[in-house]
Amino acid sequence: MNGAGIIQGMIETARNFAGSYHDPERLTTVQYPEEKLPPVENARTIPFLVYDGGDAMAGLRCTACTICEKECPPQCIYIIKDLAKKPDYVGKMQLQPKVFDIDMSVCMSCGICVEVCPFDAIKMDQVFELSTSDRFLGLLFHKEQLAKPNGYFSQLHKTEAAEIDARRHEDKRKAEASAAARAAAAKPLPPGGVK
Amino acid sequence: MRGLDQIFVWIGREVAGWAPAPAQPLVSAILIIAGIMAVFGTCFALTTIAERKILGRMQNRFGPNRVGPCGLFQPLADAVKMLTKEDIVPFSADKTLHFLAPLVMTTPIWLAFAVLPFGRNMSALDLDSGILFFFAIGSASELAVFMAGWSSQNKYSLVGAMRAIAQMISYEVPLVLSTVPVLMLAGSLSLNEIVAAQGTHTLGGLARWNVFTPWGLAGLLLFLIAATAESNRSPFDLPEGESEIIAGYLTEYSGFKYALFFLGEYLGLFAITGLAVTLFLGGWRAPFQWLEWVPSWLWFGGKFGVLIFLFIWVRATLPRLRLDQLLNFSWRFLAPLTLINLAVAAAWHWTGAWESAAAAPVRWVLCAALIALPAHWLGRALRGAVPPPRKYHYAE
Amino acid sequence: MLNEIAFLLCAALTLAGAVAAMTLRNLAHCALCAAGAFAGLAAIYLQLDAEFAGFAQLLVYVGAIAILILFTVLLTRGAEIQPGGPAASTSRGMGLGVGALVTACLIGAIMASPGLRGHAPQTVHAPVKRIGEQLMNQYVMPLEAIGLLLTAALLGAVIIALREPPKEPPAP
Repeated sequence: MNGAGIIQGMIETARNFAGSYHDPERLTTVQYPEEKLPPVENARTIPFLVYDGGDAMAGLRCTACTICEKECPPQCIYIIKDLAKKPDYVGKMQLQPKVFDIDMSVCMSCGICVEVCPFDAIKMDQVFELSTSDRFLGLLFHKEQLAKPNGYFSQLHKTEAAEIDARRHEDKRKAEASAAARAAAAKPLPPGGVK
Repeated sequence: MRGLDQIFVWIGREVAGWAPAPAQPLVSAILIIAGIMAVFGTCFALTTIAERKILGRMQNRFGPNRVGPCGLFQPLADAVKMLTKEDIVPFSADKTLHFLAPLVMTTPIWLAFAVLPFGRNMSALDLDSGILFFFAIGSASELAVFMAGWSSQNKYSLVGAMRAIAQMISYEVPLVLSTVPVLMLAGSLSLNEIVAAQGTHTLGGLARWNVFTPWGLAGLLLFLIAATAESNRSPFDLPEGESEIIAGYLTEYSGFKYALFFLGEYLGLFAITGLAVTLFLGGWRAPFQWLEWVPSWLWFGGKFGVLIFLFIWVRATLPRLRLDQLLNFSWRFLAPLTLINLAVAAAWHWTGAWESAAAAPVRWVLCAALIALPAHWLGRALRGAVPPPRKYHYAE
Repeated sequence: MLNEIAFLLCAALTLAGAVAAMTLRNLAHCALCAAGAFAGLAAIYLQLDAEFAGFAQLLVYVGAIAILILFTVLLTRGAEIQPGGPAASTSRGMGLGVGALVTACLIGAIMASPGLRGHAPQTVHAPVKRIGEQLMNQYVMPLEAIGLLLTAALLGAVIIALREPPKEPPAP
């Protein structure tokens, strides 16, 4: 028939119109900013620094090895090492960063810094509401702004965080065991010398 | 319920009575003009927001809903934007024509509202040749389109204006011809008489609207298609399609002049819808005799609203036609059909004696076939032969 | 009194439009002023209570013929032709003379017509129905003849438009 396609089209749009009042499939708009879409597991926007424990600066996992600074393609990371060392989670003394700046207007979210970090210290975040009215320094994030707790990281990526935590726990246990063994081996000699 | 029906007429007469006797016709005329402008101005504002919201819902999204409850103050925001925009006139543009084009577009269309009967005793001018006045006034807006396109000294504007004028004059033929059966069977060019001719009732109290006859139904469909094309609305909005030619003849217009063109376009739509309601849908008459107590202007408004919703619905559904498809459709399908419709109306008139319960369906089916078959054949001829079902060959 | 003022205004509009259509430089402006002259003529018809003639004039002349003229101007690049010629040439003088002669003949004929001498006739009430009846009964032959003429013109236009433009010879 001549107008069959038009009639079919009009029935479909009428269904859209009527359905948009009661059927969520027919009205798929999410009214941002009142409603937000649920976050997606592997989305990534900008990097952040992970810290363990309560104190952000004392618990930072970053040891200022500057691998991420060297590997970053647009070179947006700027690190100055602090020569005062502090013990890490296994007790070994490590350096720490005095200045750790990332220029988020340059960062291209490639995630290479995350891939090369040997200490699981820098991970990708999912925040995107970064607009600021400060045109010069508004998007230059310092280590205080970049530091976020491990709990936050496990919220974003539960399995990965669990794996990292398990590994670190295992390493810590082994380090403690070997330290205990060394402490036991380094006990003072019994009087009368060793036979 | 006579009181509510005639309330506007009564108000007009009372207010005009306060003026001194020699100035009364003038005051009465001014009141009518002010009333029409107020009603259709508000209608324009409401239609812009209703269109955007209905289009949105049909496209699985909300329409504007930030300004005011459900976005109802959006027309105010649009008005403020249009009024405060800088009025840019191109340096090499023809200044007089560029300025006059929006005026020449809008003024005749306000005139066209004068002959429409909005209710019982509620038409501003009872002209003997009302329809001729309507079409004569409507054809003046094509000059405005040319003036707009030519004065902008812009190739895109000129091409857009040429295409717009070609479209408008092509679709005037089916527009006018599809109303001729109505005039033929009503016996008059006056719109009040046409509404009166649709005032009798058949068995069951169903009113004898023109749309309940085969030629009336076909005529209404043809008229509505031609009206969509005359108002440059989707799917015939090639002259001003944003993705086609920027804005066609409206490219160089900004601010209030653009708002005037916009207003003129929507007012043209309202005028043609009012005419469709008057000619085919019985004007201000109720569909059933026992519904006559509802005020006549409410019936007019209701039918008007239904037709506007139909226009918006078609806009949401159909893609834009190309220029050659458009012109072929008008000259090779609509125009011959309107001529055949004339013959069908004549056949209907000659079989006017077939009123009994047995003969009336025969009359209807016969006349309907007389127009449906040529429509089918013409559609086939326009589309080309239907291709055979596709045969798929797969690699072995 | 009001009638005369209305007539003078309509006549002034028509004359101004016609004079502008003859004298303006820009051809598209001329076409639009001609449309204005047509509208003035329609106003004169309406002022004489000839509703049908007035609206038909608007519909046909302003709505169709003015558009036709505009299309012609645009499609044939007429707008680029510059009006030229010295101000006081012989052709201009001859033109003025012929124009004055024609005007004198017309004015003489109008002044000598018997219609001006008698009293003004009563306004004939001419509803569209009566015009239609006259066209179908008394004037059916001229109506059919005009229809035939229009059909011939339409067919001729279509045939002319159908013809392929002649192939250009290759440039030497």
